[in-house]
Amino acid sequence: MGDIQAAFSLAANLILTGDKDLFEIVGLSLSVSMTAVAVACAIGMTTGAAIAVTRFPGRGAIVALLNALMGLPPVVVGLGVYLVLSRAGPLGVLGLLYTPTAMIIAQAILVTPVVAALTRQVVEDLHREYDEALKSLGVRGIGLVRTLLWDARYSLITVALAGFGRAVAEVGAVIIVGGNIDHLTRTMTTAIALETSKGNLALALALGIVLVGISLAVNGAVSGVGGVAGRSRNV
Amino acid sequence: MSDSILPLSARNLRYEVNGTPLIEDISMTVAPGSFTVVLGPNGAGKSLLLRLLHGLITPISGAVGWSGVGSLRGRTLRQRQAMVFQRPVLLRRSVEANVRFALKWQGAKPAQLHEACEFALERAGLTDRRRVPARLLSVGEQQRLVVARALAGKPDILFLDEPTASLDPASVQRIEALLQEANASGMAMVLVTHDIGQARRLGQNIVFVHRGRLVENAAAEPFFRNPQSAAAGAYLKGEIVV
Repeated sequence: MGDIQAAFSLAANLILTGDKDLFEIVGLSLSVSMTAVAVACAIGMTTGAAIAVTRFPGRGAIVALLNALMGLPPVVVGLGVYLVLSRAGPLGVLGLLYTPTAMIIAQAILVTPVVAALTRQVVEDLHREYDEALKSLGVRGIGLVRTLLWDARYSLITVALAGFGRAVAEVGAVIIVGGNIDHLTRTMTTAIALETSKGNLALALALGIVLVGISLAVNGAVSGVGGVAGRSRNV
Repeated sequence: MSDSILPLSARNLRYEVNGTPLIEDISMTVAPGSFTVVLGPNGAGKSLLLRLLHGLITPISGAVGWSGVGSLRGRTLRQRQAMVFQRPVLLRRSVEANVRFALKWQGAKPAQLHEACEFALERAGLTDRRRVPARLLSVGEQQRLVVARALAGKPDILFLDEPTASLDPASVQRIEALLQEANASGMAMVLVTHDIGQARRLGQNIVFVHRGRLVENAAAEPFFRNPQSAAAGAYLKGEIVV
């Protein structure tokens, strides 16, 4: 109980005093996760929508695989990215290991299947509803995908938020490919893991409270923007 | 815009699902500017026939041919026809955006877009509702919008699958007025309906379908005065036709 009280007190103190290290960690966490989600949305939404509107042999297997990949273990992804980016790996020459870019790559790999699978479901449902009307108008190919993605935009905001939730809460992959280096690759989650391992539970809990707060704030802000846009345009 | 794609000529259409024939050997022609009403009991295959004619589904055998379309294929041919479904399908956009979307895909040039959109909204009586989300309109307004959207691109032929089913009489009257006006300007119509009164009001030609077969194809007046088939006669009397 004492730890929890101390944690809340410490969290408030860190925020109210504008702790430089805390804000650096928060900034890096947000920039890494948001960039990873942006990359994942660009790839995952187009892929998911394309799968939703096309029929081809093996499609069922791809959908099942995509759904299964939503549960991809972060440490396995981290290990895979580590092997690829390490000095002996095929992309070692790029020198990306233990940089924020490596963390973005790992998180994007984790989030893309989530975004693609959920987008596939959302777009497929909408396509079923629009199918004959759009066929009648001759809408197909890229135009069909663009139309469905645009009309599903408010549902897709939720998909992006689900992806962000997966990315910002992730620790296994980023700690392997980022290395948790102070002032360079330390994020909220890796910092929490570190402080916990040091037995500094109050600080770890305080960081956890801040992380949850940030997560809620980002979700609230995006949902609010989406909701306001939806209401103002009433569509 | 080049010459009309009509007459439409369907030859020996056959369609089946899992070996069960749903449309059998139907041949018919739709002339430019005509108003054809497809009548028949529930499950007769009327809506399927409409989808076959419009090209939404492909017949197992037989073909739908269009006049002078050697060079017109795919999207261009599609732009010259439109269809209204029983349940209004509206994009999650404003009333105006729905019309603009259809116009773009029907090949309207950017310079024509505004004028064509204004005209369609005005004809449908939805000018004041242009910014309203289409899905917030009443059912009658939604169907009026769908009809206006289909008419906006001035297709050569409009297919309508029970567009006024479950609408109130005032909405039916407004939609029928839109259809009659478009037909008077030379647009051909093929309308599926259960409403015999509507068929009498609008139809110039009647196609009666029963159990997937075309049983009668006649001018409206003689059809209603003296149907040639027992099924059509019973249907017009209001009897249950199985």
